[in-house]
Order: sequence, then structure tokens, then C-alpha cells
Amino acid sequence: MSVAHATPNVPEKLTWMGGSEPLKASYGKLMMWFFLLSDTFTFSALLVTYGMIRFSQPAWEGSPEDFYFSTAHWPIPEKVFEAVPFLHGMSLPLVFVGIMTFILIASSVTMVLAVEAGHRGDRKDVEKWMLWTIVGGFTFLGSQAWEWSHFIHGPEDLSLAAKELVDGVWKPIEGANLVRNPYGPPAFADLFFFITGFHGTHVFSGVVLNVLIFFNAATGLYERRGHYEMVEKVGLYWHFVDLVWVFVFTFFYLV
Amino acid sequence: MASHSSHESVEKEIPAPQTGAIWKTFWILLILTAIEFVIAFTMPANTLRVAIFSGMTLVKAFYIVGEFMHLKHEVKTLIWMVLIPTLFIVWLLIALIYEGGNLY
Repeated sequence: MSVAHATPNVPEKLTWMGGSEPLKASYGKLMMWFFLLSDTFTFSALLVTYGMIRFSQPAWEGSPEDFYFSTAHWPIPEKVFEAVPFLHGMSLPLVFVGIMTFILIASSVTMVLAVEAGHRGDRKDVEKWMLWTIVGGFTFLGSQAWEWSHFIHGPEDLSLAAKELVDGVWKPIEGANLVRNPYGPPAFADLFFFITGFHGTHVFSGVVLNVLIFFNAATGLYERRGHYEMVEKVGLYWHFVDLVWVFVFTFFYLV
Repeated sequence: MASHSSHESVEKEIPAPQTGAIWKTFWILLILTAIEFVIAFTMPANTLRVAIFSGMTLVKAFYIVGEFMHLKHEVKTLIWMVLIPTLFIVWLLIALIYEGGNLY
């Protein structure tokens, strides 16, 4: 405001050349918001596709107890995702996905704590909380790798797997890929791979950014710069990844 | 040792952490997820359950975006810039799920 009135020799266009912050947010933060909005469109496209395909496929009509895997109907998610590492053979529906959700929410919290420490200029605290966030990110990625490998292997008991017609004989489908899977229609595994894979890629790039930020904070770059805004920007991205998982968890696993 | 620490505090004073709101948000998110779990195993799958899950997810999204991403405390224009496009997406989502149901 004062630019235009107090100093007549300063041209007014400075306002639009970075002279002021129109939305009281810095250029970097604003651009991160716009990037995240465009990323929302991409993820929404995947979730919209999921909703449309799922509702255009026959659902299981009987009671959940009688459910069996078949390419003729869409699987009930809690029948597919029921394994937990180190607890072999036990049926624990959705427990592992729940743990993964908890890990991601917890790492989101440590990220806000890092941002908060940045506001106070507390370098030690920023380092500590960034490290915890990185640990959470790697734990989530490891969990997802386990989940994928379990999904690709398919059910151990082949009599449970969906069957396909090979040379006139119905045979159980071994292992999941983009063409066929032992759980249900091909589109089910396709959407699983694309949605969780796209999200996992985002988590991975988030972890890479977090490591960079941690390195810069630990070597004192932000302290010399006088502010920790980079922590905030990367924090926005990390929370977005958490936000997407909240939606994936609900619409892919629960509904 | 004592003189050393007092010297440091003169150089830069680090205020105490203000983390109350952060932990409150964390507990809200955790409890909502736990309730979702309970509903998933006690309630038969129907439209009402889908509506409850969607509602709870929106509440979680509100807390993550509003508190963690700090959008609640930004300028109103910025809030609307993010919200309005998102509302159109929700519309598209509902429309396409409805159309998908007609395809079958």
C-alpha cells in the first residue's frame, strides 16, 4: 500500500513484480498451492475412474461370509487385504492398511512439528523432526512394497483364487498382473496398481525432498538464510501426500 | 559450563514450542480413523455406510488442509482459489459414479 503513496518515484507496477504479496503468501508457497491443486486433478481423475468402473461392474450380492473370488464380480476389499507381516496365516482384514494410515498421519504430525520449529528458528528441533518424518516416509514405502508383493503373489491356497478358462478347463489364476488377477475383474488389480502406485511415487519423491531439506537444515543453510520457509513448502507437499492417502484409504479399502 | 550456556542464550533466544493445536489435530485424525475401522466391521455395507465414510473423510481432509497445511489461517481469496475447483471435482465424482451405475 505504502509503495504507491509514500514514494512517488517508485513505479506502481512494482506491486506486480514481487513488490508485495497479493495473498499474503510468498511466491514459493503460492506456487506450491497451485501445483498441489493441479496434482489434486490428477489424483481425482484416478479416483473418479475408480468410482465409475466399480459402479459399472457387478457387485457381490450375497452375504460377506459366502463371498468367493471370481472374475464375475467386484471383490470385497477386506477379503483381499487381510494379511499382516510376521503374522502369517492369520486373517486380519485391513489391519495392515490401518497401520500404514497411522504411519503416514504420524509422519505428517512430525512434519508440522518441524515447520513449527522452523518458525522459532530452532535448528536442532527442525533436524530432529525432519529425521522422524523421513523415517516415517521410508516405513510407509517399505510397507507398501510388502503390500504389493503380497498382492502380486496372490492367495496361498489356490482353491480360493478366481478361475479362468484355459483350453476348455477352469484353472485358478496364479498371481496378479495388469491382465488378470486371482481376486476379481482385471480392472480391480489395474486400479490397485495405478492408484497406490501413483501415490507411492509421490511418497517417494516426498521422502527425497525431505532428505534434501534435512541436509540443508543440518548444514546450516536455512540458519544463514534467516528463515526456514523451504521446510514449510515441502511440508505442504508432504501433507498433501497424507491427504491423498486418507482418500485412497476410504474409497479403495473401506467402501 | 554455566557461563557457556548463558552466552549461548544471549546469542539466540529460542522460544518454547507451541504444539498444542498440532497434537489436538493428531488425536482427532487418529480417533476418526479408529471409528472408521469400527464401522467397517460392525455395519453392513450400504449407501448409508458409504455416506458416513465419505463424511468422515471430508472432516479428516478439513483438519489436514486447514490445520496442517495452514489453509484455515490464510487469506480468504486463497482459500476460495483452492476450494472452488475442488468443489467442481466433487460434482464430477458424484456425476460419474451415478453414470457408472447406469452402465451396468
